[in-house]
Amino acid sequence: MKFAIMVSEGPYTHQATDSAYQFAKAAIAKGHEVTRVFFYHDGVNNGTRLTVPPQDDRNIVNRWSEIATQNNIDLVICIAAAQRRGLLDENEAKRQGKDANNIAPGFRISGLGQLVEAGIQSDRLVVFGD
Amino acid sequence: MSDDMDFEEGGTIKKFMFVNRKAPYGTIYALEGLEVVLISAAFDQDVSLAFVDDGVFQLVKGQKTDGIEMKNFSPTYRALEGYDIEKLYVDRESLEARGLSEDDLLVDVQVMSAAEMGDMMAQQDVVISF
Repeated sequence: MKFAIMVSEGPYTHQATDSAYQFAKAAIAKGHEVTRVFFYHDGVNNGTRLTVPPQDDRNIVNRWSEIATQNNIDLVICIAAAQRRGLLDENEAKRQGKDANNIAPGFRISGLGQLVEAGIQSDRLVVFGD
Repeated sequence: MSDDMDFEEGGTIKKFMFVNRKAPYGTIYALEGLEVVLISAAFDQDVSLAFVDDGVFQLVKGQKTDGIEMKNFSPTYRALEGYDIEKLYVDRESLEARGLSEDDLLVDVQVMSAAEMGDMMAQQDVVISF
């Protein structure tokens, strides 16, 4: 089965992104496909490469990058939600005249249409939020 | 998943329901949820909106937001008709629990019981909750 996932909460404060990750891992282990994870609301904060969690804790951002690279998952950060919250890729930083960018490997910034498209193209869209 | 998916001009039409559960202000969920609804209109899908719990406050007439320095986005719900989004379902118990009735709402809606809302949700291909 083809799954798409939406993550609506940021890392560490809320379990939603952990649950989404565990779901993705379990689905892949069972032979399913996870095509896209769409990060919305505070969920966009899962895509900053500047997090530095304590060494004895899980690294939520790196974990997403790794599972995406290994399984060809499209990690999409909503551009409108990202801009409000200070998440920028190189192009956006240049376009907005900002002096830095912070997107983690494997993530890309795109529009809300990617969420609707994921709903159309997948067999199930699973939402993890509050 | 419903079995009666339509295919038109090579595109799939799915039943999308956006479930609004949060008050319009206090958190960003309602505002960003509405942004997804507007984008979905561009995909020619069968879109409906459900309002449950504090989500019913999103549709209340006469919202004044100057005091909290936020934009009053409630007029956008009136504009949905222009996007061919006309299926607005409101949970009766949520209204009554908050001392509201259909007359307090700024758009035409279909008020229904929790059981009817559940049936409506069961018919959807994609349910996204905010």
